[in-house]
Amino acid sequence: MPLVFAGVCSHAPGITGRKDQADPAVRDAFYGAFDRMRLAIEAAKPDALVVVGAEHFANFFMDNMPAFALGMADHYEGPIEDEQWLGIKRRRVPGDRALSERLIARVMRDVDVAYAEEWKFDHGIMVPLNFLTPRYDVTIIPANINCQGPPLTPLSRAWAFGRALRKAADEMPERIALVGTGGISHWPATPNSGKINEAWDREFLKRWSANRRDELLSYTDAETYREAGQGGFEIRCFIAAAAAAEGATGEIWFYAPIPIFAVGCTIGVMNL
Amino acid sequence: MSLYSLQKLLYQLNRDPDSRARFKQDPAAHARAFELTDEEMKAVLDPDIGLLYVLGVNGQILMHYAALRGLEWSAYIEAMREGVRRHGPVRAGIYAMVEE
Repeated sequence: MPLVFAGVCSHAPGITGRKDQADPAVRDAFYGAFDRMRLAIEAAKPDALVVVGAEHFANFFMDNMPAFALGMADHYEGPIEDEQWLGIKRRRVPGDRALSERLIARVMRDVDVAYAEEWKFDHGIMVPLNFLTPRYDVTIIPANINCQGPPLTPLSRAWAFGRALRKAADEMPERIALVGTGGISHWPATPNSGKINEAWDREFLKRWSANRRDELLSYTDAETYREAGQGGFEIRCFIAAAAAAEGATGEIWFYAPIPIFAVGCTIGVMNL
Repeated sequence: MSLYSLQKLLYQLNRDPDSRARFKQDPAAHARAFELTDEEMKAVLDPDIGLLYVLGVNGQILMHYAALRGLEWSAYIEAMREGVRRHGPVRAGIYAMVEE
């Protein structure tokens, strides 16, 4: 079946972990946009949701860091963080090993991807799931792009990964949805946590919505680091989602800097 | 090599209950299994979150180690600032403080 849904959302741990410290009006509008996205995903009736995240040394460490990885298990678990710190209770999340294996085999024809038969989700996946599949009744296929630090896969490869995921999804009999998660400009886990380059974010989201490959891939990592912080390397997940929706344009349903969440909070959806 | 070892030690403490238990029993003995400089060893054992930050520990690892050692969010942010005041700018990695 052709891909049934593609979108992007933020995943910062503060979104759930420090929710009481945010301006309630902005926070609730953001949560409302998350809920609108949940309804759109539900309306697409997916058999499985591929979540393209950028994990933060939960499973993959510097001793053996894949540029790209896909989960291949019948169930996962998360969050790996302290439940109280993240504000999300630990639980089992359903997967589908057989579907993963078919997807991975297809993706590998275009992009070399590591597989993981065990995967403990961190906030990068658990925060989106907390809002998008709150009953944890949707099959999740986790995907990871290393965005933690150099050496990083080039943006063009993140695009290729997204395109490969699309080709694979289209060839499956199942209905597949895809969500990319990450920050745009942000400086998380530094003393500058809360700094957000709103102008840079808005320009990036304009390019994401227009979904023109050359514009999205024109950023250099040096420029991103300078203008958008080390957290900005996570644009790879947004770019993969755009590639998965190649040929379509998108809409930004929500964008607002929420400093205590340490990121410009974003919900964007492609019109497939 | 030693910044990698330092981060590996903290990563395992964050993620692995058995490592945490061994560390709790005898912090210095546990940490000696890693190739650390004297400065790194001291920063782990104190713990000096600010110095760990300046030494270049990746923020996504340090954030959880700070929480593990009982620092709430604003205390953790302040510890990093204090680290830069006392020990100078971040020496390695990509989590450097920027001027605002």
